[in-house]
Amino acid sequence: MELLTTNNVWMMVCTALVFFMHLGFSLLEVGLTRQKNAINILFKNVFIICAGLLTYAILGFNLMYPGSFLAGVIPDYFFDLFGLSAPMADGSLDLAYNEGYTYWTDFLFQGMFAATAATIVSGAVAERIKLGSFMLFSVIYITIVYPIVGSWKWGGGFLDGIGFYDFAGSTLVHSVGGWGALIAIYLLGARLGKFGKDGQSHAIPGHNIPLATAGVFILWLGWFGFNGGSVLSADPSLTSITLVTTCLAAAAGGISAFLVSTIAYKNYDLTMFLNGILGGLVGITAGADLMSPSDAVLIGLVAGGVIVFGVSLIDRLKLDDPVGAVAVHLACGIWGTLAVGIFGSMAGFDQLLTQLAGVGIIGAFCCISAFVILSIIKATMGLRMEEKEETEGLDVHEHGMDAYAEFGTAND
Amino acid sequence: MKKIEAIIRKSRFDEVKKALHETEVNFFSYWDVTGVGNEKQGHVYRGVSYSTSDIQRRKISLVVSDHNVESTVETILKAAHTGSVGDGKIFVTPVDEAYRIRTKEKGTDSLS
Repeated sequence: MELLTTNNVWMMVCTALVFFMHLGFSLLEVGLTRQKNAINILFKNVFIICAGLLTYAILGFNLMYPGSFLAGVIPDYFFDLFGLSAPMADGSLDLAYNEGYTYWTDFLFQGMFAATAATIVSGAVAERIKLGSFMLFSVIYITIVYPIVGSWKWGGGFLDGIGFYDFAGSTLVHSVGGWGALIAIYLLGARLGKFGKDGQSHAIPGHNIPLATAGVFILWLGWFGFNGGSVLSADPSLTSITLVTTCLAAAAGGISAFLVSTIAYKNYDLTMFLNGILGGLVGITAGADLMSPSDAVLIGLVAGGVIVFGVSLIDRLKLDDPVGAVAVHLACGIWGTLAVGIFGSMAGFDQLLTQLAGVGIIGAFCCISAFVILSIIKATMGLRMEEKEETEGLDVHEHGMDAYAEFGTAND
Repeated sequence: MKKIEAIIRKSRFDEVKKALHETEVNFFSYWDVTGVGNEKQGHVYRGVSYSTSDIQRRKISLVVSDHNVESTVETILKAAHTGSVGDGKIFVTPVDEAYRIRTKEKGTDSLS
């Protein structure tokens, strides 16, 4: 009982830290976008955590952890698909459920993760997507797509069976969000003024870099829970090495992105530095418990470079990602997942191929799902704000509000 | 009476304020202004270069009696000077009348 208490307390602390990440995402996204859309992007972030928790309680949790699979592939949903219920009469609060945590802690910890995938999309599509369309998409994505992908690995599905490894979700959380973001910005098109008539990329600077900085520090803090909690118990050696690798990768990712971007563009770009930290964190997430400290630093260093070139690649593809979500969550998510086959205690060519298979299968499923959902929304409700609304700002047109009411109008 | 308006560098504002307070000037108004010129300043944001022709300056405005005009202008000329392009400009225009609302004084008396 003492073991359960200790484990369960740690898991609840981690749950709270992952919850706090939603503030980090909010601040990062609002800081890297323009004043005239500040309310809109905050509204989306607030909506996602609320809707994400509710839908996870209604459907997502049981969809992700079905308990058994038919023929090893199709989750057996016929029992207890909807709603939260303890799986056994008195077992939900003791070691009969799990040695690491109770049933209720399990739900809440996983529920905090679920909303993250949609939050990633929200930054990428910022400043031009219709609020209603985004809310509909994110609800469908986190209620159905995220749990199905999660069930294949964490729910004991076929990817788990073939030996695919993703400790805390470089692929299962971050790439799932990143693929959704990529498809969404492709279907949505770039913000007005992002690309000139000659195809030249224009800078649209974010309006509050101090808030974005606070957001990244909060996300880093949240990652203590994201990775530390993914140990799924308070195991002393595993939790401590996990936090060490997590922080070293974050630091290395930041330094690497700052150095690469400074060499490439001849300026000390803080936003690249910040993205680099997040890239390092996403990169280490797949193997945070497998890596030595030096492996973690190497993974972070590569992730920092991936960020700088990822941001520039997205630009060259004429895609518009105001906050760098695709580079951070998709590119570094893929890198981190593959890194499990390159560094650490599971490294090996076969493992690398397995990791690659997992990335490919999940990528295909997410791209197809996001494409179908978004295309249907585009054909029915429409995805994008009118040109006039986008120019004058989503805050005034979607919300009739001003984020900084006493500092003058945000309209330009 | 004359109105003196000066567009100065924000970085020289404290110097100008201090120098003016050491002369006869007890009070003046100021606000931030943005100018647009042919000079461009290069920036880089997330790997994309862009330039802006917006120039941030501060504008100060004060009304002084005729015999203080020269000394006030001299003070601003000295305090706002760096010698580089973009130090700003000073404009002097006549003022027909001035009133102090509290006492209903008019003319030079209302300025002190």
